Amino acid sequence: MERDTHFILGVYDDEDVLLHAVEKVRSSGVKIHEVYSPYPVHGLEHVLGYKRSKLPIAAFLFGMLGTSLALTMQFYMMKFDWPMIIGGKDYAAFPDFVPVSFEMTVLLAAFGMVGVFLITSNLKPWAQPRIFDLRSTDDKHIMAIDIASNSSLEQEKIKEILSASGATEVNNKSFE
Amino acid sequence: MAHHGEHHYNLDQRFDFTASIKKSILTVLVIGAVLLGIGIVMAMTGGHHEEGAAAGGHAFHWYERLYASLWVNNVFFTGISIIGVFFFAIQFAAQAGWSAPILRVMLSLGNWLPIAGVLMLATFFVANHDLFHWTHSYLFDKNDPQYDKIIDGKGAFFFWPMEKGTFPVFYIARMVIFFGFWVFFFTKFKQISAQEDQLGGSTHWYKMRSWSAFFLVFFAVSSSMSAWDWVMSIDTHWFSTLFGWYVFASWFVSGLSAITLIVLFLKGKGYLEMVNENHVHDLGKFVFGFSIFWTYLWFSQFLLIYYANIPEETVYFVERLESDIYGPFVFVNLGLNFFLPFLVLMTRDAKRHGVFLKLVCTILIVGHWIDFTLMVQPGTLGHNGGIGLLEVGMFLVYGSAATFVVLNALAKRNLIAKNHPMLQESYNHHI
Repeated sequence: MERDTHFILGVYDDEDVLLHAVEKVRSSGVKIHEVYSPYPVHGLEHVLGYKRSKLPIAAFLFGMLGTSLALTMQFYMMKFDWPMIIGGKDYAAFPDFVPVSFEMTVLLAAFGMVGVFLITSNLKPWAQPRIFDLRSTDDKHIMAIDIASNSSLEQEKIKEILSASGATEVNNKSFE
Repeated sequence: MAHHGEHHYNLDQRFDFTASIKKSILTVLVIGAVLLGIGIVMAMTGGHHEEGAAAGGHAFHWYERLYASLWVNNVFFTGISIIGVFFFAIQFAAQAGWSAPILRVMLSLGNWLPIAGVLMLATFFVANHDLFHWTHSYLFDKNDPQYDKIIDGKGAFFFWPMEKGTFPVFYIARMVIFFGFWVFFFTKFKQISAQEDQLGGSTHWYKMRSWSAFFLVFFAVSSSMSAWDWVMSIDTHWFSTLFGWYVFASWFVSGLSAITLIVLFLKGKGYLEMVNENHVHDLGKFVFGFSIFWTYLWFSQFLLIYYANIPEETVYFVERLESDIYGPFVFVNLGLNFFLPFLVLMTRDAKRHGVFLKLVCTILIVGHWIDFTLMVQPGTLGHNGGIGLLEVGMFLVYGSAATFVVLNALAKRNLIAKNHPMLQESYNHHI
């Protein structure tokens, strides 16, 4: 997939200004590519209109997978592969299997969730992150507007909207 | 939302305990009383199991079932009541801000405590031998053929400083001290909260935090010991080291469910408009989480006993699982108190919307009442137990009476602690 390379960046000093700016910019019809901030800004994903993450569903499915794997493994081992009498109980004694099944559920849910998160967030080790503005790791919030996906609007118009929304600087940024 | 604007809520609102609400509660009370009456008559006329007497045990009397039912409800509703005070104190000890508008709902549950204490003492003196095997004096008489070495070894815990088998001074003293201090702390919290309404400022909050810390230390010990006294001592030979926590967990889930139900009820009537789905979500998370905590304790107790397979320990589960009467209820207990809340409340939406929470919380209160019935009945009634009209009727009578007392007290004061320093934080609570 070809990535877009030309962006307009709005630089914001204050998170409260940023939150209102996001609402204003979106309501004037500008599509926001992404907002970068040095720390998590409470409510930002809400004003950006992000849908809720589907990660819990992945966690649930991986958890279920863990439970089934653990139960299958224990039943197979204890009932068919190498039956042993432990504590005078049946070969397939369900209560004995509960702790292992619980642990496997937690393990697979956790690993599965982390794995899915890394993949969906494009956090593979060889990924080349694009840095829009280094100051977003320090003290500035950066709002990136993709020019290609806002082709119906003049660039000057977008810059005006950003300035009016409280951006302290408005810059262009192009990637190779 | 991060709009930290000004909020203008009516902080002087009072719950109007209208005649129609009173009427519905009294209707439930009357239905309960009628069921109870029919249940008593049925127990008196039929269902005599004479084989017990023939086998050398004591003959079964219908009123034992009444006493056991009284005891189950005494313990259960005392639990819900003290959990209200406990959860209130937790909010201050943890310096929680989200819960500020619903603090008085929690505290109001404590109004049942004085009544519960009197009922508990009265039931103990009336039921005595019929509920508690250890009250028989022959158990402690070395010359008696029914002398019981194990119970004799535990006797001092009930009878000290008196002679074993006489008057259970230590036991009664504990009951009185626990209820006494619980009511004392509850009254103290109410007083400080009322002063805060008058005077404002943050000093009352600090005062409340200190008193909460003292209460929590006292409650940590007293909740566990009351579980041994009121529930575990029924099966006098048997003991479980985590029983105190197990009873506490059951109380806690029921208490949280009661708090959630009252909050949702008040919201439905148009009160507490600052309590939005974020606060409800938090309550839902507590109910969900502590249902799992209860299951964890249930299973921890079961697995160790099952695995070690020592007869004096397994007897507790043999009595329940192998019984035609109690066996099915063991699984009903797990189904209602674990699988149902676990599956229904797992998603975020279910915890934020009142419909699911109302359903689950109601079921949980019934479920944990069944849990207490399962703890008390096998040791007191044996194969004469069960959940019939008598038990259901008694539950409805106690439930409606406690609800009446709690709502009545809630209506007497402002619904919201209007000068609580964390109200603003609570308005902006967002998860």
